[in-house]
Amino acid sequence: MAKHHIEATVNGDDVEFLCETEETLLDVLRDTLHLTGSKEGCASGDCGACSVMLDGRLVCSCLVLGCEVSGRRVETIEGMAKGESLHPLQQQFLEHAALQCGICTPGFIVAGKALLERNPNPTETEIRYWLAGNLCRCTGYDKIVSAVKDAAVAMRKG
Amino acid sequence: MRYEAPKSLQGAVALLAGATGETRVLAGGTDLLVQMRADVVDPDLIVDIKKIPETRAITEDRGGWRIGAAVTGAELKEHPRLKQAWPGVVEAANLIGSTQVQGRATLGGNLCNGSPAADSVPALIAAGALATLAGPDGARDLPVEDVMLGPRKLALRRGEIVVSFWLPPRPPRSSDAYLRFIPRTEMDIAVVGAGVSLTLDNAGTISAARVSLGAVAPKVLLVPEAAHAIVGTRLDVAAQQRLEAAARAACRPIDDKRGTTEFRVDVAAVLTRRAALIALDRARTS
Repeated sequence: MAKHHIEATVNGDDVEFLCETEETLLDVLRDTLHLTGSKEGCASGDCGACSVMLDGRLVCSCLVLGCEVSGRRVETIEGMAKGESLHPLQQQFLEHAALQCGICTPGFIVAGKALLERNPNPTETEIRYWLAGNLCRCTGYDKIVSAVKDAAVAMRKG
Repeated sequence: MRYEAPKSLQGAVALLAGATGETRVLAGGTDLLVQMRADVVDPDLIVDIKKIPETRAITEDRGGWRIGAAVTGAELKEHPRLKQAWPGVVEAANLIGSTQVQGRATLGGNLCNGSPAADSVPALIAAGALATLAGPDGARDLPVEDVMLGPRKLALRRGEIVVSFWLPPRPPRSSDAYLRFIPRTEMDIAVVGAGVSLTLDNAGTISAARVSLGAVAPKVLLVPEAAHAIVGTRLDVAAQQRLEAAARAACRPIDDKRGTTEFRVDVAAVLTRRAALIALDRARTS
């Protein structure tokens, strides 16, 4: 059957794309829109590497169909830096060396931003529970948690 | 593979009733998309019910609460009055998956996925929730415990969907709780789940109770014997022991890598007692 013609907003830009029913939002972002920051780790909603915001809600883009985002607002890792200026979370991940292979990093940063928007001063426990759906097999998480904490401090200072 | 997102119940029912080939209802997609990806299902038609207003609302209804089948766990958590009335239902739904999964996963999907280990189902059954269905022959209500017949088997007729859940009015001094056991602290499937809802009289004696157990039988169980064991008591030690014995007696679990039969039966007893104590404590202060 014919592909779906979808109009949506991605990182503030109006986009149009064609997709098959079985294509996920992650497939569309990476293969059609060439926004390859969101990663495919597990493709089953377990690892969080494909985390994006959908209408302001943190989701795994591998668990959303491309045709479901018609008329909706998608925000990805590509929308976080403002020009050359990194988001405080991106800056803190660099400063803490909170990444090694980097596959999980976009998901952690998108998920971290969703947390800090709701809770500007999270405890370590709150950070760890919020990020429980983001798996990292390199760092052991401590540097990631520290980076989120320090980004929260930086963002509270404005 | 066809995708439809009807805006009305009639539209959804007509699509499902008229479909030939394999069809699947899409709510949050946290089970369906995984099953599609794993080639467990390959539907000819997907009917997304999220554009139907009745599936997306949390409303007060006849003294109780009505929760749309496609309301997400995150939305339940952000509803303070619902959480106050039914803390056990909300905490059970919030145990499903990660923050990301909470942004999508729904009560309707958790029930209709047909898993005996579904976390929100024991809490809904303990709550005495009704599932409101829409189908070609009109609407009907089924107690949640009657919706699931066995693993992946539902009592839904052809063309029927779960539209919403109705939670009954809450008398004073009522509350509920849900506990599950998993080998980790987060992000796992229940080895045992226990939901308890109860109401106290003026003197603090339990006047009504419902107890439900998940992951210890082919379907989520309502355990009336466990409720009988504590009604008329103040949940003293003897009543706790009778409650544990009744929970134990109801279990018919499988033996698998996530828990042996003996372990599941033991844990079911312990969790039922602990959930009852939490519900009791909440009811006293509600």
